[in-house]
Amino acid sequence: MAPRAARSLVRELQQQVAGRQRSAVEVARDYLDRIRSVEGEVGAFITVDEAHALAQAEAIDARIAAGQDAGPLAGVPIAVKDNICTRGLRTTAGSKVLECYVPPFDATAVERLRAAGAVIVGKTNMDEFGMGSSTENSAYKPTRNPWDLARVPGGSSGGSAAAVAAGQAAAALGSDTGGSIRQPAHFCGVVGLKPSYGRVSRYGLVAYASSLDVVGPLAGSVEDAARLLTAMAGHDARDSSSSQEPSVDFAAALQPLDRLPSRPLAGKRVGVIAQTMGAGVSAGVAAAVQGAIKQLEALGAEVEEVSLPSFDAGLPAYYVLALSEASSNLSRYDGIRYGLRSPEESGLKQLYEATRGAGLGAEVKRRILMGTYALSAGYYDAYYQRAQKVRTLVQRDMTSALQRFDFLVSPAAPTPAYKLGEKSSDPLEMYKGDLMTVNLNLAGLPAVVLPCGLAGPDSPGAPGLPVGLQMVGRMFGEAELLAAAHVFEQTAGALAGAAPAVAAGAAAAPARR
Amino acid sequence: MRCGSRLLARSGSGTAGVGALVAPARAPALLASRSFGSIGKGGRTHAPQWATAAEPLQGRAAFAAAARRVACAAAAAVAQPPAASGAAAEVEYEAVIGIETHVQLQTRTKAFCGCPNQYGGEPNSHVCPVCMGHPGTLPVLNGEAVKLAVMAGLALNCDVARRSKFDRKQYFYADLPKGYQISQYDQPICSGGHLAVDTPDGPRRFGVTRAHLEEDAGKSVHGGADGLAGSSHTLVDFNRAGVPLLEIVSEPDMRSGRDAALYGAELRRVVRFLGVGDGNMSEGSMRCDVNVSVRPKGQAQFGTKVEVKNMNSFSNMQKAIEFEIERQVALLRAGRGAEVVQETRLWDEGRQETTSMRKKEGLADYRYFPEPDLPDLELSDALMADAKASMAELPAEKRARYLSLGLPLADVLILADELGTAQFFDAAVDAGAPPKAAANWVMGDIMAACKEAKIGMESLEMSPQALAEMISLIDEGVISGKIAKDALPRLLAGDGNGGVRAFVEAQGMVQISDVSAVEAMVDAVLAANPKQLADYCGGKTKLAGFFTGQVMKESQGRVNPGLMQEVLQRRLQAAVDKAASAA
Repeated sequence: MAPRAARSLVRELQQQVAGRQRSAVEVARDYLDRIRSVEGEVGAFITVDEAHALAQAEAIDARIAAGQDAGPLAGVPIAVKDNICTRGLRTTAGSKVLECYVPPFDATAVERLRAAGAVIVGKTNMDEFGMGSSTENSAYKPTRNPWDLARVPGGSSGGSAAAVAAGQAAAALGSDTGGSIRQPAHFCGVVGLKPSYGRVSRYGLVAYASSLDVVGPLAGSVEDAARLLTAMAGHDARDSSSSQEPSVDFAAALQPLDRLPSRPLAGKRVGVIAQTMGAGVSAGVAAAVQGAIKQLEALGAEVEEVSLPSFDAGLPAYYVLALSEASSNLSRYDGIRYGLRSPEESGLKQLYEATRGAGLGAEVKRRILMGTYALSAGYYDAYYQRAQKVRTLVQRDMTSALQRFDFLVSPAAPTPAYKLGEKSSDPLEMYKGDLMTVNLNLAGLPAVVLPCGLAGPDSPGAPGLPVGLQMVGRMFGEAELLAAAHVFEQTAGALAGAAPAVAAGAAAAPARR
Repeated sequence: MRCGSRLLARSGSGTAGVGALVAPARAPALLASRSFGSIGKGGRTHAPQWATAAEPLQGRAAFAAAARRVACAAAAAVAQPPAASGAAAEVEYEAVIGIETHVQLQTRTKAFCGCPNQYGGEPNSHVCPVCMGHPGTLPVLNGEAVKLAVMAGLALNCDVARRSKFDRKQYFYADLPKGYQISQYDQPICSGGHLAVDTPDGPRRFGVTRAHLEEDAGKSVHGGADGLAGSSHTLVDFNRAGVPLLEIVSEPDMRSGRDAALYGAELRRVVRFLGVGDGNMSEGSMRCDVNVSVRPKGQAQFGTKVEVKNMNSFSNMQKAIEFEIERQVALLRAGRGAEVVQETRLWDEGRQETTSMRKKEGLADYRYFPEPDLPDLELSDALMADAKASMAELPAEKRARYLSLGLPLADVLILADELGTAQFFDAAVDAGAPPKAAANWVMGDIMAACKEAKIGMESLEMSPQALAEMISLIDEGVISGKIAKDALPRLLAGDGNGGVRAFVEAQGMVQISDVSAVEAMVDAVLAANPKQLADYCGGKTKLAGFFTGQVMKESQGRVNPGLMQEVLQRRLQAAVDKAASAA
């Protein structure tokens, strides 16, 4: 067993602030400095909210000074993906069409984080409306991978993943429609949790594909992710699709390394999804995941390969459903009530065309077109309806596999982080990278990606790149899933000795010695 | 931030030309202000409270969806019914009519958010991020709307689906905030019902295909011209956006304008009696779109269907349909059947004709798909029980009950037409009034007074209990019918609500039934009119009426008419006898 455990930065900061070792304002200033120090290289943020962050921190300090409980996330600086609404703080979803949109309300997830004492430091870069896997589709700028600035951070929550990896925030919020939390976590060597559909309210999450979208944390450790989930989870009357499932303290069951038994995963059955381990997976990823599987066995788990016949059908079905819903969800950006409006005024149709023509990017337009096509009369049955049937099959296969296994594991993506521009000219190639993650959105299941090793440099002199392991749990089984992931994380020492090339502050880099 | 400068640079001056935006609405961001629509120069203009939208120029509104709720037509292909040619005159035609009715449900709040569901108000004052379609907002279904829909479905004898679902109907228009309307497509909450109507010609029954829940859109107001055509700008008021609607689709069972009016009026009665909606057509809380086609009698296949909108009353609906039938039949008879095309026409009340608003070029594709933000709508046993317990007596049930009270059909149709009338009548009968007498008073003087005052009977000051007491005083002989009529204006004003007997006593309106008092009055009148009395005795017996009138006058109408006649006859006879013996 590796001796080094990933730290819980969130817990440490909260304890420091609540214990008055550091004030929330000091912590906030520290993180605002960190953001500034590396932002020019990384570009994780669309908006940094310095004044308001300090005001929030002052409010936390005031509560502590008054002897009040400042909450389980007191003073913890958190970055929020820019498609999650923040009251009074502009929320662009990475799009020009919302460049000046300032929400008059907080998303429920943000509201709950604030209530828990978190300090929102800024809004992170993303592929426009979540449509992309590299953050290159941001209407504002690309974000660079802190491990190798020539590479993408993944997407669409690339800004959040990069901010955590570069130590610009203690943790971050992302959203995951087809892998948008997990793939960037894999690319950036952080922990990314996609909760069960309905576990966290979608109210205030700018909709991409409503039946697939979830809000979840990106963090430096499983425990940190668990702490954020605990603060956010639970039914919300403003989201009819949010679950009535009772929320629990997801961090409570996580055992520290020194209290773990010798075979902490004994009795656990782990299924390796056969369809994700074959051709197309890079050698570096395959090696790291194989290593992780060995580690799981060493921890006492029974590991077995499991074949999910419907697995490969998931990707095309996912794209049909996601784009169909997206074509509808993005209709509201019409220039009438808020956001960008073109000066074109010869007619309503002309206003729509000019506003949407100027406000939406090429990838977004492509996806709206495809989604519109799939829902059109005469095509609905062949596309949308059929994709729904595939979704049912995928759900069924996944659910039945999870009756036999406690967890399923797979890589998070076929390759480690690729270079900027490497895939941006080939949308189909980019879509294929989502193969390993989209099925969990179709099935609604929780999945966590956490570092499991480094892929060796693909050219002499290049740095090694983090590789993530995806672990899939049962519906609303986040507590068990996170407990197992925590055991793996604490024992594997996956990124031991490695660190991002660019990171602010010595203590910032997650999961490293 | 780089926000603002470019976007705000074009803040309107209010002097834009034709086809241009007039109002300064370049709201780049919606702050937590009530004036959602617009921000003026530098974002500081106070509360214009209207969102504006650029306007489709005439003839360019090709997208079908947009035109769906446009209020006025582009250049009108105004059709006068062509003169019938005699050649084909022997073919008899019949009309086939179906009606789609949108009923705004009388809920406290909107269908999917907490904004008040209230007609009127400052433009864009009943709005929130949800009904304005802000990014990230989600609909939450109003349970009250569901209950009202269930009640309407039960009243329309529909199958109420214990499980139904919502879908998105997608089209772009400036008053549709999300770019789609949440509606129900293939699984409506109610289906397969009928509406039974009693008419003077006997009972009728019209099929109801379905009724489904959906949300209303905002309201576009076109500026710079009477209608959309030629207007220079459009203002949008989102107060109505998200108001719950029940769309009720009839079977094509109507054959005439009158049938349609009968159906519409009964449907409105049902809606009002149940309290599901206020059925106010002029405020748009009940809107009827009719589909009219004609075909040779006996032909099974339907003719080409024309949709007619914009009728703000049932009499207008009847006239619009009659005009449309005549227009279509005349075209067919003239061999110009090809000119009957599938289109939407508007009823022009001023010109008493329908005019073409837009041709339908193929069916609009609304790209319906299941609404992912709302779970399937499952009706619990508790909700069903609550809806059933909340059902009021329906118009048909009321009519049946009134008939069973022995009232003639003509009376029943009047009494059960308006809820206020029926409730007043019912309360009077409950307070002991004999039904026929109560019906006569309600349909007579009381209804006339309400019409005069332009109020419904529910707004009358007079209590139904006062009517019942008044009728009983007549029956007891305390007052005469005539006194009652005289007292009615004060009673209608509520003066008898504390007790009609006390009121008539205080007013000295109680009937004089004391024999000696009546004898004294009669004697005084006879004594005061010696000439007339002499003429009477001379054979002019018609003068009895004169004396009756005089006694009535002297008594200010209070004398008991029967008793007075008796006394008068006796006295007159005595006078005649006396005159005869004197002669």
